[in-house]
Amino acid sequence: MNGPTLKQNVVINNPQGFHLRPMGAFAQLASRFESSVRVSREGQTVNGKSILDLMLLAAVQGTELMVEVTGPDAEDALPALVRLLNAPPEEETTASSV
Amino acid sequence: MEIKRGIAVSPGVAIGPALVLDTEWFRIPQRTIPRNQVEGECHRLSMALAQAAAETRVNEEAVTAKLGPQYGAIFGAHALMLTDPTLVQEIESLIRNENFAVEYAVSRTMRRYAKALESIEGGYLAERVADLFDIEKRILRHLLGLRREQLRDLSEPVVVLSHDLSPSETAELDPRRVHAFVTEAGGRASHTAIVAGVLDIPAVVGVGPFLTDVSGGDVLVVDGHHGLLIINPDEETLERYKHVRATFRSQESKLHELRHLPAQTRDGSRVALLGNIEFPQESTPCLERGAEGVGLYRTEFLYLGKQSHPSEEEHLQAYLTVLRTMESHRPVVIRTLDLGADKFLPLGVGAESGAWRTAPERNPFLGLRSVRLCLRNLTLFKTQMRAILRASAFGDVRIMFPMISTLLELRQCKMILAEVKEDLEEEGIAFNPRLPVGTMIEVPSAALLAELLAREVDFFSIGTNDLIQYTLAADRNNETVSTLYSPGDPAVLRLIEGVVRAAAKYNVTVNVCGEMSGDPLYTMLLLGLGIRQLSVTPHSIPTIKRVVRSATVEESVKVAQEAMRLETARDVNNYLREQTRRILPSAFD
Repeated sequence: MNGPTLKQNVVINNPQGFHLRPMGAFAQLASRFESSVRVSREGQTVNGKSILDLMLLAAVQGTELMVEVTGPDAEDALPALVRLLNAPPEEETTASSV
Repeated sequence: MEIKRGIAVSPGVAIGPALVLDTEWFRIPQRTIPRNQVEGECHRLSMALAQAAAETRVNEEAVTAKLGPQYGAIFGAHALMLTDPTLVQEIESLIRNENFAVEYAVSRTMRRYAKALESIEGGYLAERVADLFDIEKRILRHLLGLRREQLRDLSEPVVVLSHDLSPSETAELDPRRVHAFVTEAGGRASHTAIVAGVLDIPAVVGVGPFLTDVSGGDVLVVDGHHGLLIINPDEETLERYKHVRATFRSQESKLHELRHLPAQTRDGSRVALLGNIEFPQESTPCLERGAEGVGLYRTEFLYLGKQSHPSEEEHLQAYLTVLRTMESHRPVVIRTLDLGADKFLPLGVGAESGAWRTAPERNPFLGLRSVRLCLRNLTLFKTQMRAILRASAFGDVRIMFPMISTLLELRQCKMILAEVKEDLEEEGIAFNPRLPVGTMIEVPSAALLAELLAREVDFFSIGTNDLIQYTLAADRNNETVSTLYSPGDPAVLRLIEGVVRAAAKYNVTVNVCGEMSGDPLYTMLLLGLGIRQLSVTPHSIPTIKRVVRSATVEESVKVAQEAMRLETARDVNNYLREQTRRILPSAFD
């Protein structure tokens, strides 16, 4: 794919880990960009546009993930995706299982 | 070709494509496809995924509105999984590279993900495995059969396969589009069997696990005479069954010729043959087969598969449909709501109003069902009574209360009916003030107290299915004890004899409904015991009429007397078979 490859490391701060809702939001946001999005954890790399793949990363609180974006809109995509990963947990303390 | 054996409950032969109603217990077999079907399978996959995702989006909205966005998000995530690019890629590559059938490819992929999630340390996503199975089921449901909601508008006739058919599922079926039923569970008197009989289509029940061996669209032969299901028959078998089907149809049409002949014994006694119906549309086939009216109109379908209780108007419209077919001179006996136990309401119906107790009962057959349920939900009961009374202005309508077990219950029902009449009178709405009132005799206590009940009603209808199961304490749907369940049991015969005697004393008509009345084996016995009115599934009318026309009251009385002396159900049944064959050798063909 044409375009630059940009990457950034992010540490998961959510006490519940990188769980279903943010994963869904991440995959959805990633899919909006033309660039390919890969997410790695300790050498394991998955497609960032796939919620199922993201689940397999099993990123609990404190896990360091690397987000790698390649493509024409990589410069927009990377900061947006990182911002989402760093966002504070939503006001959902009552729905802890999700 | 594969042959499965079950219990034959409704005769006939059907040939058609499979529609699998039930994927809840599915284990998908590993099945490969020819190369030229690869594109077709991939297309089925994308259709199923798109439909499943759309359905999930609808759930998301509904759940969000009801419980809030945190819960709706679960379905949002499901929808994302259903459109997940790596998921689609993986399933497609299994189809393209391994030539797996799409169902198997889906199942294998979802299970790989589930396994991967389970193996993650700390179990932090272990509960997500349930989500994956849920998604798998949803996709399979779209692949293996039409969605339940689409059952009412099937485009081509199918053979319906299911673990067990629930009444609400059958209520949703379009009878013109169903060739046959085959179920894994169920016995001779299961709901499936009754419905198949009413719809006059072949059915085989109690086959045992077979759903994993069939895929939606497979060609099936259902042999309702011998209780066989043949999956993907070979050319020879198919031809043979086409022939059998044609022969059966011509026999049927011979029976049809009886239609205009009276149900009269050789010595001149008339027997009223009425039909049992469940759906208003069935009144037409009922008449076509020569019924003199409707002896049992089950009204449960009005309540099933609905989000709310039927309105008075909905009741009335259904009743008027039947009355239009039956015209004003033919009796139509409407039985009030008989739900409970084996006919569970769909989850949540009426839960908000607190009208139904939905907690599971330990002993539902002995629990809050039928008229007991109505007497605790007077609004619902009165709504139906109003509709029945209003319908009575347009024809020979009669009301019947099911599952009466004490005299007090009957009196309560009649009191409520009187109140409803008063209301209608005040409102100036027309009804038949002398609407005949009857009670079902289907609980042994009612049979034993028939003399007391007879003084307070216009007619009895013996509901043999429940009467037998309550008398012998044997669940008719439980295959392990169903041999105890026999209409020929001496205990049952004694109860019937007593009811007829009590009714004669007070000049009350006795009808027999239930499977027993539609079985030619018992026709002579019932005649001999003094029964002159039988209400049967429409397809049995010609068969029973033929036996009636071959018998005389005189010999039937002798047969009944002899049968009453026998000590076991087996002896009774053997004797009756012998006697019936004597007067009509082809009675059981």
